[in-house]
Parts: sequence; C-alpha cells; structure tokens
Amino acid sequence: MELFDSESKKIVSDPLNVNNPISLQVLGICSALAVTIRLDQAIIMTFAVIFVLCSSNVVISLLRDYIPNRVRIVIMLSVIASLVSFVDEVLQAYMYNMSKQLSVFVGLIVTNCIIMGRAEAFAIKHGPSKAFLDGLGNGLGYGMIIIVVSFFRELFGSGTLTLPDGGAGYVLFQMPDWLYAAGYENIGLLVLSPGAFFILGFVIWMQREMVGLEEEE
Amino acid sequence: MNFLKNILKQSGKLFEEGKPLSWAYPVWEATDTILFSTDKQTSSGPHVRDNMDIKRVMFSVVIALIPCYLFGAYNIGYLNALATDVSRSLIDNFIFGMSYVLPVLIVTFVSGAICELSFAIIRKHEVNEGFLVTCALIPLTMPPDVPLWQVFIGTAFGIIIGKEIFGGVGTNIFNPALTARAFMYFAFPTKMSGDKIWAVGPDGYTGATALAIPANPTEYDTASNLLNQSTQFDFSLWNMFWGLIPGSIGETNKLIILIGAAFLIYIGIASWRTMLASVIGLVFTASIFNLLSGYSTNAMLTITPLEHLLIGSFLFGVVFMATEPVTSAHTEKGKWIYGFMIGVLTVLIRSINPAYPEGVMLAILIMNMFGPLIDYYVVQSNINMRIARNA
Repeated sequence: MELFDSESKKIVSDPLNVNNPISLQVLGICSALAVTIRLDQAIIMTFAVIFVLCSSNVVISLLRDYIPNRVRIVIMLSVIASLVSFVDEVLQAYMYNMSKQLSVFVGLIVTNCIIMGRAEAFAIKHGPSKAFLDGLGNGLGYGMIIIVVSFFRELFGSGTLTLPDGGAGYVLFQMPDWLYAAGYENIGLLVLSPGAFFILGFVIWMQREMVGLEEEE
Repeated sequence: MNFLKNILKQSGKLFEEGKPLSWAYPVWEATDTILFSTDKQTSSGPHVRDNMDIKRVMFSVVIALIPCYLFGAYNIGYLNALATDVSRSLIDNFIFGMSYVLPVLIVTFVSGAICELSFAIIRKHEVNEGFLVTCALIPLTMPPDVPLWQVFIGTAFGIIIGKEIFGGVGTNIFNPALTARAFMYFAFPTKMSGDKIWAVGPDGYTGATALAIPANPTEYDTASNLLNQSTQFDFSLWNMFWGLIPGSIGETNKLIILIGAAFLIYIGIASWRTMLASVIGLVFTASIFNLLSGYSTNAMLTITPLEHLLIGSFLFGVVFMATEPVTSAHTEKGKWIYGFMIGVLTVLIRSINPAYPEGVMLAILIMNMFGPLIDYYVVQSNINMRIARNA
C-alpha cells in the first residue's frame, strides 16, 4: 500500500486543476455563492467541507461491501448528515460568531453536490486510503476556488480582508483611507449574489483557459 | 485621398498572414475599413442586403446621437449656472458642460477600444464598428459628475460581459451599453441610483430628480402636484419636454430624441414598431395604474401616461437602446410584443418598486433576454398556422 505513488498523487492533484469540482464540473455552486462574501467564512467553510468530504469518503469506502445497492443513497446521506451535524456542533461550541455568520450554510453542506458526488463516484468503488485522498483533493479544489472568489469579493466589495479567529474575525487588510478620499468606492455589486456569479464566471473562464478545455467544437 | 489609400494598402502587407505584425491585423483592418469602404461581405447578422453595411448602420446611429451630446453639454452648464447663481451666455454654458462630457466620452472610448482590440487580437476577429455605438451610448446614460474610473470599469464590463463573451457583435444577448450601465447602477449605487440630483453643482448640492419626487413624497399627493410644488427646478411638462432638468447627459431633451427617432426610422435602421409598441405599453399600464391609484397611497401610481413619457429616460431608452437590431426581437410580430412588454415593465418597475425610481434600463434588459423566445414563438406559430392551413 503505497500512499504516494503516482496514481495517488493524481487522485489528489486532478481535482485541483484538470477536474476541479467547481470550475470544471460546476458542482457545489450554491455554497460557493453563499459563503464567499468574506474571506474568513470561505476559509472556515473550506475546512468544514474538507473534513466532511474526507470522513464521509473513508466511512463509505469502509462500508462499501456491506451497503446494499438499492439503499446506498440513503446510507450515504445519513453518514454525511451525521458528519455535518458534528461539524455544526463543533462550530457552535468553539466559533460561535462564525457559526452564526455561516448560519444555514453549514447544515447545507449535506446537500453539497460535491460530497454526494464523490461518495457515489469514487468512495463506493475504492479502498479507504484512496477515498481519503480523493476527498482531500476535491475538498482542496473546492476550497481553492471559493477562497479565490471570496478574496476578490471581500477586497473589492467591502474593502477588507478578514482572517478567521475565535471572535468577529481578524482584519488582515483594509483599503487605506486616502484611497477613499481620492474618490475610490467599494463595488457594491460584488456583495450581492450576482457579483459572486461574475467572479466565479471569470475564475472558471481562467481555469478552463489554463487547462485548455473546450466544450464546443 | 489616394495617397493615404496607397500608404494603407502598402502597410497592409506587413499585417498579412505570416508577417511579423500579423497579430495586429485587426487594428489595420479597422483603420482601413473605417477610412475607406471594404470589399468583404458580412457572413453573420445583423445584415441587410444593401449597400448599407454594418458600418453605415452604426455610423448613422452615432450621427443621431450627436445632438443629444450637444444639448446634454448645454444643459449641464445651464443647471450649474442655476445652482451657483451666476449668469453665463449660451456658449459659456455649452463649454462648461463640454468640460464634463468630453472626459467621460474619451474615457469610454479608450476603455472600449482597449477591450475591443484585445479581443480582436486574441480571438482573431475583426474590430467591429458596433463598439463605436456602444461607446457613444454609454456616456449619454451617465450622470454628468460620474467618476471617470467608474466609467472605465463600467465600459470594460459592458464590452466584455455584454458582448465579447457571447462572441462579439451580432451574437450578444444583452445590449452592451445597457449592460455597462446596469453594472454601474448596482456596483456604485451612491452615484447611479437616480434618486439624487444629476447635475453639476457646488459641493453638497443636492435635490431630487423628477422621478424621485413622487417616489419619496413627504406627504401623499398626486404626482403632478408634487412635481409642481418643487421649487428647485421647473418640472412643468413643457420644461421636461425641453429638457432643462437634471438627468443623465443624453436623456433630458425629448425633442432631440424624437428628431433622432425620426431620422433612424427614415433611413430604416430603428424599428418604428418597437417604439410605437413601447409607447402603447406604457400608456396602457400607466392608465390602469391611474385608475387604481385611488386605492393606494403610492404617489407613483398617479403619474399620468404623458408624464411617464416625459419624465426620466424612457424615450431615450426606447429609441436608441430597445431598437438595437441585434438584441431586440427580429420578427415583426415579435417586435410588437417586445416593445409592448418594455412599456409595461417600465411602468411596473417605476411605480411598484420604490427602490428603483427608473425602470427603463431593467425593462429593456429583461426583454433582451426574452427576445429570442418571442421570435421562436412567432416563427413557430406561423409554421403551425401554415401546417394547419395546408393539412
């Protein structure tokens, strides 16, 4: 059982570029739009999704020989839902502010298409170590995109960059006052959901350009 | 002229396939075809089987817009003189206004040209004159004191998102000029939302536009009374027709817009069906709201159809934006539906939604989206009718 042979590396690195769950498979868009207003929300969300994705992949992969084919969706959902409840409780206990900001979107990780998709497409057919790597890769691929989107949304929409801490967030960067005095204004559109669509569209455009994917002939 | 032509033809060889400057071919091609005529034929829409090519179509629209610019500049100077209590001659007013209009115009064209040329070079398509019209329209929809960097970003957004990502002129869904304006409307609401005054005055000079007065009345009254009570500006019907009121640069003078409309209809570019249908839609909806206004305390419902026509940018939008040949419905029956719905939606957004005093922009963008659907319906119903007739 080699953990770092070329196949395993591919499992982790593919979702980061050529098979990114958001920018190439266009899955998990709803949460990518909802939690990207601030950078700290996106970072916490990334950790939550990586945890849920890795654990659910491992659990489902361990159970794969015992899951009857007909009820596999129900079993996957109950595994994912328990993990999400766990994450939700942890956030409420240790990061109450963040938990309030993310509100319903932590619970909605259950319906994130990426998690269900990886369980169905990968974990049910592969061993636990590979399933773990696949979960890690896809979680990172998801996180990468939402962090990039939230970076631009927060920087140009609200003029700040916030990192997560136990409380209301640590302000890493703030647009200097002289810039506002010179006539600069935050782009209000980016705080609204359509703003996330535009940024996401540009990110998808850039990524597909780099990967060289053409859907149309 | 021959001298210039020779220079262009000679230098053209440098830009041919395989030559060092071939990447810049679109730039050369654009210069050549703007100065002289082209011998190439259009292969994709919008096209007309005539010696009227896209270039002439687009240039005619630009010509129809020039009076709007001239009056817009004068109006800025006039309103500024009013606000600062100085008296200036007509020419001085005009020059003062031009000092605001020209920078906006230049920034728009620079931004538009950068985007258009980069896409032309990367995507290897020709520079299309459509961007001249887009760039000529954008400043007319802006308030005079708009920050120039916002104009730059807005124009770039309009050209890239509104046009280039759909494949360039002729394949876009939304009117690029309106896309640019919509972007700025939502991105920089403090400057663009249309409820504050749109005139150049001393610092802190503020007031309400004609649409904002009935939208936020201090106490309920009919819109006509509210407008007449305004002491800051003369919002009488006659003055709103003449356009000496605050507003976007190009929208205020209705007479000039009507002359532009007549010109565009006469040379056959803009569709009179779209324009007439929008006015019918507007009058229809406004009349219904007038009848219902007794049951509500919303003063916007009491605006009469005539006032709706004269207030705000309805006429400008309908004449220059809604009739755009690419994004409007293409079938003749479709144009009636398309225009009618623009009129209906304009009044609906103006009157019912207090957040958006002006509804023309959103109405046209929404109907741009439905244009292809309307065409599909019209064509399909015609096919079905003929099948039924011959069955």
